[in-house]
Amino acid sequence: MSASPETLAATRTMNGAEIVLQALKDNGVEVIFGYPGGAVLPLYDAIFHQNAIRHILVRHEQAAVHAAEGYARSTGKVGVVLVTSGPGATNAVTGLVDALMDSIPVICLTGQVPTHLIGNDAFQEADTTGITRPATKHNYLVKDINKLAGVMHEAFYVAKSGRPGPVVVDLPKDILIGKGPYTEAPTTPHRSYRPKTRPEPQAIQAAVRLLKGAKRPIVYAGGGVINAGPEASRLLTEFVRLSGMPCTNTLMGLGAYPAEDRQFLGMLGMHGTYEANLAMHGCDVMLNIGARFDDRVTGRLNAFSPASKKIHADIDPSSINKSVPVDVAIIGDAAATLAALLECWQQDPTPQDRPALAGWWRQIEEWRKTNCLQYRQEGAIIKPQHAVKRLYEITRELGRETFISTEVGQHQMWAAQYFGFQQPNHWLTSGGLGTMGYGLPAAMGVQVAHPDALVIDIAGEASILMNIQEMATLAQYRLPVKVFILNNEYMGMVRQWQELLHGSRYSESYSAALPDFVKLAESFHARGMRVSDPNQLDAAIREMIAHPGAVIMDVLVEKEESCFPMIPSGAAHNEMILGPGQAGGVAGVTDEGKVLV
Amino acid sequence: MPNPSETALRNATIAVLVENEAGILARVVGLFSGRGYNIESLTVAPVDDARRLSRITIVTSGTEMVIEQIKAQLDRLVPVHKVSDLTLEGPHLARELALIKVVSRGENRVEALRLAEAFRARVVDATTESFVFELTGAGDKIDAFCALMQPIGLAEVSRTGVVAILRGPSGLS
Ligand SMILES: Cc1ncc(C[n+]2csc(CCOP(=O)(O)OP(=O)(O)O)c2C)c(N)n1
Ligand SMILES: [Mg+2]
Repeated sequence: MSASPETLAATRTMNGAEIVLQALKDNGVEVIFGYPGGAVLPLYDAIFHQNAIRHILVRHEQAAVHAAEGYARSTGKVGVVLVTSGPGATNAVTGLVDALMDSIPVICLTGQVPTHLIGNDAFQEADTTGITRPATKHNYLVKDINKLAGVMHEAFYVAKSGRPGPVVVDLPKDILIGKGPYTEAPTTPHRSYRPKTRPEPQAIQAAVRLLKGAKRPIVYAGGGVINAGPEASRLLTEFVRLSGMPCTNTLMGLGAYPAEDRQFLGMLGMHGTYEANLAMHGCDVMLNIGARFDDRVTGRLNAFSPASKKIHADIDPSSINKSVPVDVAIIGDAAATLAALLECWQQDPTPQDRPALAGWWRQIEEWRKTNCLQYRQEGAIIKPQHAVKRLYEITRELGRETFISTEVGQHQMWAAQYFGFQQPNHWLTSGGLGTMGYGLPAAMGVQVAHPDALVIDIAGEASILMNIQEMATLAQYRLPVKVFILNNEYMGMVRQWQELLHGSRYSESYSAALPDFVKLAESFHARGMRVSDPNQLDAAIREMIAHPGAVIMDVLVEKEESCFPMIPSGAAHNEMILGPGQAGGVAGVTDEGKVLV
Repeated sequence: MPNPSETALRNATIAVLVENEAGILARVVGLFSGRGYNIESLTVAPVDDARRLSRITIVTSGTEMVIEQIKAQLDRLVPVHKVSDLTLEGPHLARELALIKVVSRGENRVEALRLAEAFRARVVDATTESFVFELTGAGDKIDAFCALMQPIGLAEVSRTGVVAILRGPSGLS
């Protein structure tokens, strides 16, 4: 702070591209995912001249962002993307919105035409800050090289503080070429953006008293716990064990609480377990930590957990009372909040209503007996649920560090239901945006960060084609990602909705003209495998895992299997549809429900 | 049965102190259009050159939950320094400035001037067939003036939208 700009300029004048790279290094960046073009050539030249930062050349800019998301979610660091102007930036937009919806810290550097051409419809010009304004947490267009270093540092601060999210820095080519001062990251607080991370003690105390007095409490934890770092998951586990309460996780929160623990009720929501959803419906006190009452979780709002007092802990004040009014709001980081809850729980003299809790558990055990995730693997066709279950059991038995990503559809829900996550940051899925094509590039980003880990994309045959070009990236960098396709020859989730809501008229949801995935893998220098016989499934899974390189495994599964349990859109938690042969209320879908997605 | 406190609408006049930088207005307006909030009036101008701050005044309406959302959403924009719901914070002054063109002849001109005097509107431009009046006040005063001018030759209106400030010594920053 003491050095004047002149002295800094005298000591560290660089061109814009070098300033960008220096700022990346100073912010701890080791890898960037990118794709070159005219507007970013100066940056690529600067990359050529150094070795500290590794560049991974993707095959489509959308994949660069998903790869950066995978990198970020599996490491807790900020993922960095570099794309050119115009089509490079517009191709990145889906990834940016994906990161925004799932609160993933990503910085996307976009090239831009030189400042004097901005607004002229110049070649490969796009209004990138305009297009990405609603697609990012924040964005910058750098028009003054003296501000470049400051903007770069600020971008990191914004991406990772508070509720994390994607940040775009749009870099006109003349700024990349021009010379200017490099300044270090400021040590003073940001002028305007200072999110609150420490929870209010009064709110913590109010929450603890409600929870201790509860007769039917439940903890509902989401992606915010994952985002707060592994310590938050550890504290969550400690808090839940200490208090003896049941715990459910959202799709984004899987792994925040160990799946194999008795107190874990499984995932909740549209395809959540019977016991999790009924416990949410019937609870009298709910602690939501790091989740946002998403519509996939609440079902019909006016029937959502009607008799409960609700405590909502979130780092983003705009999540509070957005769709569900709550009784106690706690604004803060999930780890800080859980630490405070634990401490207060131990100190507050209010006695806990243990007998009532025991009764609540008896009720939950009754619901559990429904065994809502059961299926029957019989006959000559592999059940998709069984494929995921065996994949889980075999990887657990092998004991290697395993990361799972998914595409979007039924296979994603089966992965969430049947793969048990024992720790955070090992499960990567597109929750908020539901982006088909997410899983393969995300897995790629994970594998870059964890070269020795087992990284598997559980995919659908339709989704995988959306970013299949990334097989070439896997080949180039020898990334041994395994693509495990549950091939039902349908856009299964679409087919399921058509069966349920549109009289089984399977309009455009059949996966016609599929490629031969074995040959496709081979053409991308990977191993291709296919399995259709349930008796060969285990051997095939073991062979896939044992193969040292990338694999596409085409698992031919039951074509018209549906994903259950299901809360149809517009229905309440206690109107869940269970699988064939299981008891439970079958809800008719109302016209109001049909409007919903 | 929806609870009345969840469905009753109210107006809110919200003052927002922001970094005076390119794109800030687009962020605020985009937030309102993207999330389907009402904007009844929005004004913006720099208020502190030394600290590079602008002040945005937004008049909106919605349920209590929506208004809370609007404030929280505004507050999490990176360049926003402070969000204040003047409607809740206490008595405040809200003013608009309007330029009102009236085109008329004969007896109507005299009537226009008489009304202007009653409303303390100033004549800021005059020709043999027209006046431009400048009027400051609360929005309903301007509405009333325009309604009265309608039959006697109201030709054009330009309004600033609402600016507002708390009464008394306490302030926003
Ligand atoms: C980019 C994108 N386009 C469309 C959709 C809508 N959608 C959701 S699931 C799905 C079908 C996915 O099919 P597949 O990958 O085969 O998975 P399955 O449901 O069969 O397991 C579609 C089209 C989407 N989520 N993302
Ligand atoms: Mg499919």
